[in-house]
Amino acid sequence: MQINAAGCHYRTLNQQIKDAVKRGEKSIELLNVNGQRYIGDGISGETKIIINGVPGNDLGAFMSGPTIIVNTFAQDGVANTMNDGKIVIKGHAGDVLGYGMRGGKLFVKGDVGYRVGIHMKEYEDKIPVIITGGRAGDFFGEYMAGGILILLNLNNEKPERAVGSYLATGMHGGVIYIRGDIDKYQLGEGVGIVELKEADNIVLNKLISEFCKDLNIDTKSVFNKPFKKLIPVSKRPYEKLYAY
Amino acid sequence: MKPGILSPYCEKDISACGLTGIISKKGRKIKGEVIIKSISCMDERGNGLGGGFAAYGIYPDYKNHYALHIMYNDKKSIPVTEEYLREAVRIAHQEEIPTRKVKAIVNPPYFMRYFVNPPVEIHEYMAHESEELREDNYIVKTVMHINSEIPGAFVVSSGKNMGAFKGVGFAYQIADFFMLENYEGYIWTAHNRFPTNTPGWWGGAHPFTLLDWSIVHNGEISSYGINKRYLEMFGYKCTLLTDTEVVTYMLDLLIRRHGLPIKLACSALASPFWKDIKRMDEGGKKLMTALRMVYGSALLNGPFAILFAHSKGLVGLSDRVKLRPLVAGEKDDMVYMASEESAITAICPNPDKVYRPDAGEPVIVELEKQN
Repeated sequence: MQINAAGCHYRTLNQQIKDAVKRGEKSIELLNVNGQRYIGDGISGETKIIINGVPGNDLGAFMSGPTIIVNTFAQDGVANTMNDGKIVIKGHAGDVLGYGMRGGKLFVKGDVGYRVGIHMKEYEDKIPVIITGGRAGDFFGEYMAGGILILLNLNNEKPERAVGSYLATGMHGGVIYIRGDIDKYQLGEGVGIVELKEADNIVLNKLISEFCKDLNIDTKSVFNKPFKKLIPVSKRPYEKLYAY
Repeated sequence: MKPGILSPYCEKDISACGLTGIISKKGRKIKGEVIIKSISCMDERGNGLGGGFAAYGIYPDYKNHYALHIMYNDKKSIPVTEEYLREAVRIAHQEEIPTRKVKAIVNPPYFMRYFVNPPVEIHEYMAHESEELREDNYIVKTVMHINSEIPGAFVVSSGKNMGAFKGVGFAYQIADFFMLENYEGYIWTAHNRFPTNTPGWWGGAHPFTLLDWSIVHNGEISSYGINKRYLEMFGYKCTLLTDTEVVTYMLDLLIRRHGLPIKLACSALASPFWKDIKRMDEGGKKLMTALRMVYGSALLNGPFAILFAHSKGLVGLSDRVKLRPLVAGEKDDMVYMASEESAITAICPNPDKVYRPDAGEPVIVELEKQN
């Protein structure tokens, strides 16, 4: 089914989406979206939502299961505290993506902004994944507690700067893979760069193949450059901060 | 659909300010409807306690006069102010700023505009004699006098061929009130306010202006006290109860009075961290160290994204760690900057280029030809 979002307040639009999901619609296409917030928030099930236009902030927050495809680009706060499902953005996206994300996948073809993947966490088989095709701003993976963050640094206008400063500051769980170089000054406290093992390559291969398939990217163009792996050196980086 | 499809549910939303700006680099006139459409996409970022617009190029008939937009909270302050103005400046023309009744706006203040020039003797001695007698400084003094000494009267804007229109309401309601569809300008900025720790009153709405500077701001200047005390040393009086006011005066001080290039002034407001200065080349290191030493009190602390406009251009700047959003877009000779990309696509569906400037990295746009 299709919903025309032109001139529609976000609550009216989101109510229509929720009603459609409740009725068991398998595919919902939104037309003329421009700035409506909270699309797909808190919905669960198997629905696929295709968005034409620019979705507003907090797209897919608390979502648990459905798939969202954004044909253009997205703003801030995508996949905020998302629980399960998948969001694929065919352009760039803004700041604070995947904040506190607990499961599911977020794929962004282009660049992303500041504070992406902060506070991500995992529990048993719930492992959230964010893959970014372009570059990222400062605070990438800040306070990360779990999950997988992958930065591909493709088609970057500033290739010397795949990622910003304060990279993974306070990280105490999960793993970050970055294609390209990282300068020591960019690295946050308590993070270490380690060699990739065979297991890492298996994970990367699987996830990046899925990413490339969803976004029509040649997989070979991704693996022509080595990856860096970042992990926390401590489970409690600030344990002794106030204890001296 | 009415611009500003504000919630049929009308209750308080958690939000933050929204801002947007447009400039035609060729100086082509843009209709008021365009900026209204853009800001109305971000009603959600305001809460109806402040909205406003700045427009450049709107008074071609009086383009060599300072256009004083004055807000009177109290009609009694009108004769007092006008008596002062007649003494202080030469008034070429004065008129009521046209407004219409808008249901959502109750009890608005009264608005007048005066097209003025400093007295003739100011012209004659001007810059050579003393800073005080420079024509623009004289106007600044006049503005400061009205704002601080005449109860109930506030100068909303004081630049040439430009004006600010602001008040308590959503931006689209303020636009309706001031009938902004009747204006055309080559630069527009707009703001939807969500006041957090300062009052939502007519003078506290954005933009904040002085001469031809106008600022719209999303965020909070935690260094307000330091900035204010520093500005007071140079004769600026902060009277409008809102942190953004200091940004306006700081830019006036750094750029107009101290002659800093815009980019350097931005580096004083959002200066690079010492850790980043350490990595610069010798020249950069020296410059930034000097800038931080001299203008330490001009540093803006706290989250912010601002747009500042002046008669020759538009500048966007965010704080050093990007705690507030800012997006820029381009199409032909038009440049757009806004808190959200949807505010750009609302008026320019297919921009040639969209980008998100880095923290503290100003987007500086200048007019191609003198207007």
